[in-house]
Amino acid sequence: MSMMCDVIVVGAGPGGSMAARTAAAAGLKVVMLETRQEIGDPVRCAEGVGKRALCQMVKPEPEWIAAEVKGAKIYSPDGTCIVMSEDKGGAEVGYVLERKVFDRGLAMEAARAGAKVMVKTRALGLLRKDGVPVGVSAMRIGEPLQIEAPLIIGADGVESKVGRWAGIDTTLKLKDIESCAQFLASDPSVDDQYCEFFLGNSIAPAGYVWSFPKGEKLANVGLGIMGTKSKPGEATRLLKQFMKSRFPNGKVLEMVVGGDPCSGPIESATADGVMLVGDAARQTDPFTGGGILTAMQAGIIAGDVAAKALQAGNVRREGLKEYEDRWREEIGVHLARSFEFKEFFVKLTDKDLNQLLGSLKREDMTKMDLRAMLRVLFRLNPKLLWELKHLVV
Amino acid sequence: MLTVNRYKCCYCGACVGVCPTCALELVETWLEVSADCRECGICTKICPVGALEVKA
Ligand SMILES: Cc1cc2nc3c(=O)[nH]c(=O)nc-3n(C[C@H](O)[C@H](O)[C@H](O)COP(=O)(O)OP(=O)(O)OC[C@H]3O[C@@H](n4cnc5c(N)ncnc54)[C@H](O)[C@@H]3O)c2cc1C
Ligand code: SF4
Ligand code: SF4
Repeated sequence: MSMMCDVIVVGAGPGGSMAARTAAAAGLKVVMLETRQEIGDPVRCAEGVGKRALCQMVKPEPEWIAAEVKGAKIYSPDGTCIVMSEDKGGAEVGYVLERKVFDRGLAMEAARAGAKVMVKTRALGLLRKDGVPVGVSAMRIGEPLQIEAPLIIGADGVESKVGRWAGIDTTLKLKDIESCAQFLASDPSVDDQYCEFFLGNSIAPAGYVWSFPKGEKLANVGLGIMGTKSKPGEATRLLKQFMKSRFPNGKVLEMVVGGDPCSGPIESATADGVMLVGDAARQTDPFTGGGILTAMQAGIIAGDVAAKALQAGNVRREGLKEYEDRWREEIGVHLARSFEFKEFFVKLTDKDLNQLLGSLKREDMTKMDLRAMLRVLFRLNPKLLWELKHLVV
Repeated sequence: MLTVNRYKCCYCGACVGVCPTCALELVETWLEVSADCRECGICTKICPVGALEVKA
């Protein structure tokens, strides 16, 4: 079978759906392919998002949200706890989503805007004419399918192939990906009000443990460790160990594993006829691992630029430069900064972490955002943080 | 040879993202290994559940 359209979006995660919605709303004929038979399932996410940033892009339906939190608690290896409030606590907390419902909701918005959504349809490669991509070959419920389109948006997640097919090397080095494991656990000692973060090289080397509450003493308890510190099965082993010490009576209702890119901005997210968004473009925040909002943001920009480029009749790489410029400005600058923090953070010993968080004990953190907190940290620990001096202005 | 323990694999795609030769493909719940695999073992390290192994 074959068909034609203006834009093919590969992958129906938050990045793909926002790209498809935006492009379809601009009047383009959009086809969005999703290899899975059920959008959003299985989940590979801790489901935490900043409330304000989310609401700027979509109007959340009540059923997308499992819980709302007051803020974040950060625990040092020696148990010191720092509390940050939600409106200041940075981008990662606010809502804890129900991603199976959320991802499907966003795909529904794309469909309502006019995009054709095709599930159980896997992109297999790019169709080319004179070397230029002119569409995608796919497999739809076991049958071959060819779709012609001048533009392809690769929103195919951590396992992305679209970039590599187009000549963009998105292979992640082990130091640029976190190996993650998570349980959805029910335990009486879950904090229903706060997202909790636990630091320590013995519990999560070059990463952290999280507990994001989903209401009624249920939480996503998980951890990520840097690929270079990982070995086969290590993330799951460490998670079981953490559960034993912190939530010994935890009842596990779901298991999630995944790889979270933390490479910082890649050199190029465009090629002739191709734009990459979200995890496919490695647009996750390297420090926190959060990538839902950045994927959505990039999707919106890509959808918008798709309409402009098609109208201008130039979908070659030069014609897509606006996407490259805008994602770098709106997301990339932050990712680069965050990457430097990560590179520094992963070198800290437990003693360093104790010193840093311990120094904040007497400070009032409730009114501080991450930047302000960093300034205070720097004032109190100038020697330890000297390398980050240029970031703390 | 790279072996996939399909009873362990949770089809998360992390291994696909790190393979330098693009030898892995996630087909929903089924991880395929192509002839491009050089048995470098990088993917085995990242697997959160330990489903991959390079066997002699
Ligand atoms: C354990 C873990 C915890 C995380 N926690 C958080 C968090 O709390 N907050 C946060 O903001 N982020 C978090 N992230 C990151 C977040 O999940 C991702 O950044 C986000 O899902 C990226 O969205 P996306 O649309 O780019 O890709 P995805 O959501 O991964 O969607 C990609 C889609 O493309 C499909 N696809 C792939 N290949 C093909 C193909 N060939 N053809 C058709 N379809 C294809 C896939 O099936 C998938 O549905 C976490 C990640 C992990 C692993
Ligand atoms: S990293 Fe492990 S669990 Fe994930 S898809 Fe690969 S083999 Fe399966
Ligand atoms: S062993 Fe190396 S080449 Fe083979 S699939 Fe794994 S990462 Fe790729």
